[in-house]
Amino acid sequence: MSEIHAETVAFVRETMLPAEAPPAREAGAVKWLRDNLFSGPVNTLLTLLGLGIIWFLVSHFWDWFAHSVWSANSLSECRQIIAETWGEGARGACFAVIRERWNQYVYGFYPSDLYWRPTLVFGLLFVALAPVLFSESRSLRRLILGLTTAVTLILLVALGTPVLWLIFAAAITIGATVIAERHPLYLLIFSALYPLLGVWLLWGGSIWGVIMVLVGFGLGWGAWLLAARVSPMLSAVAAALVAMIWWIGFAGAAASDAQNLIPLGITPVDSDQFGGFLLSITIGVAGIALSLPLGIVLALARRSDMFLVTSLAVMFIEFIRGVPLITLLFVASLLLNYFLPPGTNFDIILRVIIMVTLFAAAYMAEVIRGGLAALPKGQYEAADALGLDYWKAQRLIILPQALKISIPGIVSTFIGMFKDTTLVTFVGLYDPLKSMSDAVRASTSWKGIYWEPYIFVGVIFFLICFGMSRYSMYLERRLARDHR
Amino acid sequence: MTDVSAPATPPFRLSMLVYDRRYRSMTFQVIVFVLVMAFGWWLVNNTIQNLQALGKDFNFGFLFQRAGYDLPQTPIPYTSDDTHLRAAIIGLMNTVIVSILGCIAATIVGVVVGVARLSNNWLFARLMTVYVEIFRNIPLLLWILIIYALFTEILPAPSAYRGEDPAWSMVLFDNVALTNRYTSIPALGLTNDPGSLELGARVSVSWALIAFMVVLIGGWMVRTALHKRAQQIQDATGQRPTTWWQTLAVMTVPSLFLIWFFGLHLLPPELKGFNFSGGMNVDNSFVVLWLALTLYTGAFIAEIVRAGILAVSKGQSEAAFALGLRPRRTMNLVILPQALRVIIPPLISQFLNLTKNSSLAIAVGYMDLRGTLGGTTLNQTGRELEAMVLMMAIYLALSLIISAGMNVFNSRVKLKER
Repeated sequence: MSEIHAETVAFVRETMLPAEAPPAREAGAVKWLRDNLFSGPVNTLLTLLGLGIIWFLVSHFWDWFAHSVWSANSLSECRQIIAETWGEGARGACFAVIRERWNQYVYGFYPSDLYWRPTLVFGLLFVALAPVLFSESRSLRRLILGLTTAVTLILLVALGTPVLWLIFAAAITIGATVIAERHPLYLLIFSALYPLLGVWLLWGGSIWGVIMVLVGFGLGWGAWLLAARVSPMLSAVAAALVAMIWWIGFAGAAASDAQNLIPLGITPVDSDQFGGFLLSITIGVAGIALSLPLGIVLALARRSDMFLVTSLAVMFIEFIRGVPLITLLFVASLLLNYFLPPGTNFDIILRVIIMVTLFAAAYMAEVIRGGLAALPKGQYEAADALGLDYWKAQRLIILPQALKISIPGIVSTFIGMFKDTTLVTFVGLYDPLKSMSDAVRASTSWKGIYWEPYIFVGVIFFLICFGMSRYSMYLERRLARDHR
Repeated sequence: MTDVSAPATPPFRLSMLVYDRRYRSMTFQVIVFVLVMAFGWWLVNNTIQNLQALGKDFNFGFLFQRAGYDLPQTPIPYTSDDTHLRAAIIGLMNTVIVSILGCIAATIVGVVVGVARLSNNWLFARLMTVYVEIFRNIPLLLWILIIYALFTEILPAPSAYRGEDPAWSMVLFDNVALTNRYTSIPALGLTNDPGSLELGARVSVSWALIAFMVVLIGGWMVRTALHKRAQQIQDATGQRPTTWWQTLAVMTVPSLFLIWFFGLHLLPPELKGFNFSGGMNVDNSFVVLWLALTLYTGAFIAEIVRAGILAVSKGQSEAAFALGLRPRRTMNLVILPQALRVIIPPLISQFLNLTKNSSLAIAVGYMDLRGTLGGTTLNQTGRELEAMVLMMAIYLALSLIISAGMNVFNSRVKLKER
C-alpha cells in the first residue's frame, strides 16, 4: 500500500516551516495601541480627551515649573531672576522660599541650636519601628536600620550635636543594627522605651520625670508579681492601682525632689515653639500609637456580651463619629479647662493629641469590629473548646486574625488621621500647611507667594500617606496565609 | 427511704462575685458603672465650680438676643437685628446645602471616575488613577486652600468683564461669570408669578416650586405604579408590556406644562456698574468649599465604586447574557443590585465624612453652623460651653439622620437572605 501512496502524491514536506511573522497590525506597539487606546470610537474619544487633559496641564504649568528658581532671598528677587533669565513676562516658580524657610517648615520655632534633638527622635523612630513593622524580613530590616544609622549620624554631625549625645545616638543606632541581625526581638525593649525617650528629648527638661514614670511601671510590675500568687485578676487590678497611685500622688513630688538633689536635664522647649512637620509628625505618631490599642479595647467592648459595657462603647463611638474633628479640637482648646479641676492647665499639644487619639480610636474600633465580625464563628468555638479564657482566646486566636483582615482599614484610618493633623491650625498651633504658609507670607520678602508652599507641603504629605498605603499592601501580602 | 433532693446549689459566697462566671460579668458591670458615674460626676462638678469661679451660668438665653452681625449668604431672610438663633439656623441651612450639593456632585464624580478607572483605555484609566491617588493622599484642607487661592488670585475682579474688548468673558454661552469674589450664575425668572406661601417667621416658599415638587413626586408615584403593573402582567403572561414612553411622558410632560404655564426662564447675569446683577451671585467661599469637598470625596467614592463593580464576578453578567437579557436589563437586574450591596455601606460613611468635613468652611469663611453658632456667636456672647454643646448636638443629630436614612436605603438593596 505504501508504495502506491508514494506514487500518487507528488510531494511530501518532511521539515517544519518557520512560523510567519504576525501581520503588522497584530503585533508590537501597533497592536498595543489598537488594543489599549483606539479599540473603538468611545475608546478613541477617551484617549483624545486624556491627551487633551495632559496637554492642558502641561501647556499651562510646564513653563512655570521649568523656570523654577531655587535660590533667592525674596519673591521680588525671584521674579527679577526669572525676568533676567527667560525674558520679561516669563512666569516661573519660586521654590527658593522652601530653601530659605526649610528649617521653619521642618522644625517650626524650635530653638535652632537644638535642631539635633527632633532629628535624633525622628531617626530613633525608625529604630523603634523596625522590629515592629519589618519583623519577618531580615534584609528589609537591615536596609532600614543601616540607612537610618547612616542618615541620622550624618545629620546629627551636620547639626552640631554635642559629642556625648552623638556617642549615645551612634551606640543606639549601630547597636540596634547589629542586634537586629540575630535577636530582633530584643529591639522591642527599645521600642517600649522609645515613647518616653522621645517625649523627653522633644520637650526637654529634667530627666527625673521620665525616671519617675519608669519607676511607676516598675512598682506596678512588683505589685503584679506579689498579687499574682493570690489571683491573676487581682494582680492586674493591683498593678494598675499601684502605678496610678504612684503617678498621681507621688511621682511629681519625687521628680522635683530628685531634681533639686541632683540636677540632671536638658534645655526645656515649650509647646508653642513646636511647628511645621515636627508638630504634624509628633501628633500623628502619638495618635497612631495610642489609637490602635484604644480602638482594640473599644471594639472588644462593643462586641462584649455585657450590656452596660456594650452600650457605653456604642455611645462613645457614635458620639465621636458623629461630630467633626474640628469641634473636638475646639473642645480641647476652649472647653477642657471647664471640665478639669479649677487651676489645672495642661499642654495644648497634649490636649490635641488626646482628642485626635479619641477621634481615630472610634474609627479604628469600627474597622476592627468589622474584622472581628468577619471571622468565622468556628474560630471562637475552637478557642472555647481548647479551654482558653476570654483574654487568652482574644490574644492568641481572635485578634491576630481579625487585625490581619482589618489592615487596609486600619492603615486608611492612620492616613486619615495624619492628614487631619493639619486641622490643628484652627486651635492656634503652627501646622505646616496653613499657619506656616501664612507665617511665611506675613514676612515682607515673601508676601504674595501662594503656590510653592502649598505644593511643597502637599508633596510631603503625599509621600508619607502614599508610603503608608503601599506599606499596608506589603503587609497584606506578607501576612496572607491562604492561597499559597 | 432517703430523701432525694434536687442537686444542691452551693451557698453564695462573696468570692463567687469574682470567680463564678454567672456573677463575674455582673460584678464587672457594676464596677464599670460606678467608675463611669464617678467620672461623670467629677466632670460635672468641675464644670460647676469653674463656671462659678468665672461668674457664668449655663443657659441658652443668649440664643434669643440680637445677633448684630451680617451673613453673606442667607437662604432665608436675615438682618443683623435678628437673633442668634436665626443666625444658627441659617448656618445649619448653609451646612446642609453644601453637604447635599457636595454629596450629589461627589457621587457623580465618583461613579464616573470609578468606572473610568476600569475602562479598557490605558491612558484614561491611568489618568484617573493619578487623580484618585493625589486627592486621597493630600489633606482636604490643602485642596480647599489651593482652590481658594485659584479663585482669589487668578480670577479677575468683575471690572475685567467691562468695556468693548474685555480681558475676560463669561463662560457657558454667556451664562456664568467667574470673578474673584463671587461666581455669577443665571437666576430663574417667572413671567406668571403665582406668588408665594408664607410660612411665618419671614420664610416663604414660591407656589411655583410647590407645584413642581407636587408634579415630580406625583410623576414618580405614577411611574412606580406603571412598573408594578408591568411586572404583574409579566408574572401572569410572561410578556412585559412596553412602558418606557409612558414613563417618559409621565415624568416630563407635566413639568414641561408647568414651565410653559409659569413662563420659567433663565435670567443671565449682567454687568451693571461694578458688579454683576440680574443673575445670582454665589459667594466664592461656597463655590470653593463645594468644589473641594466634591473632588476630595469623589476620589474616595471612585475607589468604592470600583471595588463594588469588581466584586461582581464576570460570570454574573455572562449568565445574564446567556439567559437572553439585554445589556440594560442585565445592568439593572443583575449587576447593579449586587454591586450596590457592596457600595452602599461605605458610601454612607463617605456622605457622613463629607458633611462633617464641611465644617472646614472655617478655612474660607463660609458661614456654616460652625461659622455662625460656633464662631461669631460664640465669640460675641462668650458662651463657649453652651454654643459648643449645642453645635455638637446638632452635628450629631445630622449624622444620625443621614445614617438612618441611608440605612433604610441600604436595607432595601441588600441581599435578602433566607
